[in-house]
Amino acid sequence: MIEIKNLTKTFGSTHSLDDVSINFETNESIALMGANGAGKTTLIRSILGYYHPTSGSVAINGIDPIKERTKVLQDISFVPQLPPPIKLSLEELMHYISVSAHVDKELIRHYANEMKLDLKTNLSKSFFKLSGGMKQKMLIAISLAKESNIIIYDEPTANLDPKARDDFYRLLKQNEQEKVLLFVTHRLEEVKELVNRQVYMDMGKVVSDEKIQRGHHE
Amino acid sequence: MNNLLLIAYLDLKESIRAKWFLIYSLVFGGLIALFFIAGVTESQVMGFSGLSRLLLMYIQVTIVILPIFILITTVRSISGDRDNHILEYMLSFPISLKAYYWGKIIGRFVTVYLPVIFAMIIAIIYGVIQGAAIPWAIFFLYTGLLFALSSAFLGIAFFISSFVKSSEVALGIAFFVWIFMLAFIDIALISLMMQNRLDEMLIISIALANPMEIFRVAAISLFDPQLTVMGPVAFYILDSISQITFVVLSILYPITLGLLFAFFGFIIFKKKDLV
Repeated sequence: MIEIKNLTKTFGSTHSLDDVSINFETNESIALMGANGAGKTTLIRSILGYYHPTSGSVAINGIDPIKERTKVLQDISFVPQLPPPIKLSLEELMHYISVSAHVDKELIRHYANEMKLDLKTNLSKSFFKLSGGMKQKMLIAISLAKESNIIIYDEPTANLDPKARDDFYRLLKQNEQEKVLLFVTHRLEEVKELVNRQVYMDMGKVVSDEKIQRGHHE
Repeated sequence: MNNLLLIAYLDLKESIRAKWFLIYSLVFGGLIALFFIAGVTESQVMGFSGLSRLLLMYIQVTIVILPIFILITTVRSISGDRDNHILEYMLSFPISLKAYYWGKIIGRFVTVYLPVIFAMIIAIIYGVIQGAAIPWAIFFLYTGLLFALSSAFLGIAFFISSFVKSSEVALGIAFFVWIFMLAFIDIALISLMMQNRLDEMLIISIALANPMEIFRVAAISLFDPQLTVMGPVAFYILDSISQITFVVLSILYPITLGLLFAFFGFIIFKKKDLV
């Protein structure tokens, strides 16, 4: 589903990705791990088509995410590590998403409700004025409502309290079939119930890649 | 609603709520109010009186503050979104870069143009209530000129925004562009002429390349045949080109310039890493 071939990305003299080749297939839940600066975010941004590769290629279902970004992104949900300070109100943000990605607003409401986010009273509030946890819940609700086949989460639980984390895991488990789930995380512990593959990156390279049993890890 | 209009609509809504927009609108509306309070319409200077005098004063102030307002509020539009990771999230949805970029431009254009025009319309309405004659020719000329000037600086601002990574640097460049163009309004050119080392046509060409100079000459030329309120460059320009040609040029040239800058900005935006 996601095919990365000999991908190198340099910024100045720094090799953020160094000849990375890796595939992610349907029904895989991957924990993408590594120290800061290992290249995890660069890899994710390359999948999303944000970076022009220095060399090598990225293909999502055979399609180049830069050349055909709208086609590729129709099928990807992404939640960044830190919710950005979007000034749109929640209503406007939902409008943006429903028009651009054809996401049903009702479904966003449904998942927001499941995440215990009170959408109704906050609809006219600017997104950036919400608390960290509320922002994260909103982004998670959107990512699930988009019903994509590829879901990418960059440290998704950083702002969530234990109860919200449980809701998040429960919803993900209900929605993981026939999908690729990619978690960038520093703590395998947090996603151990969900992942079946662990990829470790260091200095822009994939240094270990192994299948793991859910709930079991070293 | 297609994605281009969606981006334009949301950018417009977001801008209207922003504090800078409130200040921006108050400045232009306040200028007009101030002119009326100060009794500009009753005064007569250099043959200008009534609403013509007021509009002339308005345009003279606008030429200085409109470009810097447009530059500083717009230059951070894309670079700012890139800086604080908004772009990273918003562009993770299936929206084409073309729709995003040009949608932002359309939204921002409406935001910067409307208050300037509204202020002029308010002046006309208030003038009529006071019984002044409406100088339609000046009104339409200024509407066109303001449209052209807004286009030019919006294009330049988006061009800067497309390649600058940090919004601080973008602001610095914007300020430099403004000072550079302002300094070229006669101040630098007069000294060049006085030194008499450069060809006159070269000086005129440099002046004509500057949308702020072209705007100023066009704004006053129709109504000041003696050119007493103009600088020497304006005099040379109007001596070499007919007035009608010049007015058409003064509207078409800044629009073209703005579109060209915006287009180059788009090429850079598309070719560069997005975040």
